[in-house]
Amino acid sequence: MSGIIFRDVTKNFKKVEVVKKLGLAIEDGEFFTFVGPSGCGKSTILNMIAGLEPVTGGEILFDNKVVNDLSPRERDVAMVFQSYALYPHMSVYENIAFPLRMKKVSQEEIDGEVLRIAELLGLRDLLKRRPKELSGGQRQRVALGRAIIRKPKVFLMDEPLSNLDARLRIEMRAELKRLHQELKITTVYVTHDQAEAMSLSGRIAVLNEGVVQQCDVPNEVYRKPANVFVGEFIGSPPMNFVKGKVLSAKPLKIQSNEITISPLLDHMPEERDVLIGIRPEDVRITAERSDNSIEVTVQLFEPAGSFDWVDFIWNGTKIKGISGMETDIPAGSRAFGTFPLDKVVVFDAVSGKRI
Amino acid sequence: MKKVFFYLSLILVLLYCSGPVLWQIITSLKPDSELTIIPPLLPLRPTAAHYLTIIKQQAFLKIMFNSAAVATSTTMLSIVIGSLAAFGLAKLRVRYKSFILGFILSVSMFPPIATVSPLYIIIRSLGLRDTLTALIITYTTFSLPLSIWILTNFFREIPDEIYLAAKVDGCSPFQIFHRIMLPLALPGIFTAAILVFIFSWNEFLFALTFTSTSAARTIPVAIALFPGMHEIPWGDIAAASIIVTVPLILMVFAFQKRIIEGLTSGAIKG
Repeated sequence: MSGIIFRDVTKNFKKVEVVKKLGLAIEDGEFFTFVGPSGCGKSTILNMIAGLEPVTGGEILFDNKVVNDLSPRERDVAMVFQSYALYPHMSVYENIAFPLRMKKVSQEEIDGEVLRIAELLGLRDLLKRRPKELSGGQRQRVALGRAIIRKPKVFLMDEPLSNLDARLRIEMRAELKRLHQELKITTVYVTHDQAEAMSLSGRIAVLNEGVVQQCDVPNEVYRKPANVFVGEFIGSPPMNFVKGKVLSAKPLKIQSNEITISPLLDHMPEERDVLIGIRPEDVRITAERSDNSIEVTVQLFEPAGSFDWVDFIWNGTKIKGISGMETDIPAGSRAFGTFPLDKVVVFDAVSGKRI
Repeated sequence: MKKVFFYLSLILVLLYCSGPVLWQIITSLKPDSELTIIPPLLPLRPTAAHYLTIIKQQAFLKIMFNSAAVATSTTMLSIVIGSLAAFGLAKLRVRYKSFILGFILSVSMFPPIATVSPLYIIIRSLGLRDTLTALIITYTTFSLPLSIWILTNFFREIPDEIYLAAKVDGCSPFQIFHRIMLPLALPGIFTAAILVFIFSWNEFLFALTFTSTSAARTIPVAIALFPGMHEIPWGDIAAASIIVTVPLILMVFAFQKRIIEGLTSGAIKG
């Protein structure tokens, strides 16, 4: 086990800078996730930790030792790949045993370890099979087994669940969390699925175009996105944004679509133009008018089980909210929306940063 | 109806392709007196005399051995060197990969007739004339482009993630090569091996030029040199051709299954 520190790590492919001045510290035993859209550099970061890609600039440290020039073997990391990357010509047993064979561990010890891992992952009855005779979830388990059998210093996972169907993904997600709680190995996880990132991680780093936008515990990232990108990327459906103008700073008054609000902010806005962000689940749509409600036109109606998603237009701005099951607001009808002021986030319209 | 047509055309194509071989078989079984007469198409009194003549010749066994030795050594050398080169070109960080591959291919573009004279001079000055070594070296040179190209493509088809996984699991590049890549590229290895073997087994021009006695003579040359003073022994030639083709056919059938076997299935999703 060990902590990982990035010191101004950069990575260029030819002339393109894919990772820019990455400075981060991942703590010993932490479950840390890089999340971002495809092409944001998250897999490259993982490959640099593994030693599969050299860094262009900066340093990566394991336990305060620079590992830049160490091979993957010397770094003692284990990795789970998106495609599982099992060795097709080997049985499940041999696949799991492979890293130990490379370490020249004795056959008895290998036997014991493989059985222990197979037990842990429910693979006991499959040890003699070949990868092609396994289902997706089983292959995923074998890949995990191959990674954890070595008791590596660092455990790296590159979108390990994205090839599974929705139900299995949620099952394996819980399994991964359980494994991490049991083994307590530093885990660096990469995904484009924000829900996966939120549910698994101790901390997450949201990446965009090679730059960390925000790095914090999942709830903080969700409640207080550092900028418009994070607000949009984290959370599904994405955050709503409404344009607004600062009327006065003290007392703070922001006008937006003919209403004036006074949210509590960390800083005073410097610019006049702002973006007001509110999560869809915080916007409630009802058929009856109430205090402080805004009048809107319903556009689309999507039942989600315990509640309904409602797309509506408020003075020309499209917004998503929720309504209770009992409300009857067909598309095209007029309805009334309310949102709690303390859930509102305000961004600088020019820089996109949260105020 | 459709099926009947399908099998009919299949039989026609098969007959067309195997025609020369069948002709050869018929000729090898005909007694000398019937050789140049048609009808009968099929031998009226089939005889094994031609086969017996061939097998009784001491030199022919030696020549069979020569061919086998040359073809086997060439195949092994070509596969060992070829697979190492192909692994590097397909998976390792090498600059100017496509240039190197193109250059390798260009080697096999020279017509043998253009290279045979300078090669003869080199072989002679090395004192390798009329040796198996001369043939093995030459054949390896000319078959390497083929095996490198075939194997590069097979190695390329192995997903990069398998290569990376092996690297993370603690393999050195050579361990990745022989523990992971080689078993997965087996179908490619067999394909390349068969093609190289057939090439070396059948090669004529270099074998004719570099050898002068039965010490290093190979089958195609020996058969071509069969004709005697007064007549061409068609029956013996046919029998000899059949005898030397049988090992090839057996080999192809033996490896056919391995070639078709999709060893990589199940490596990644799906």
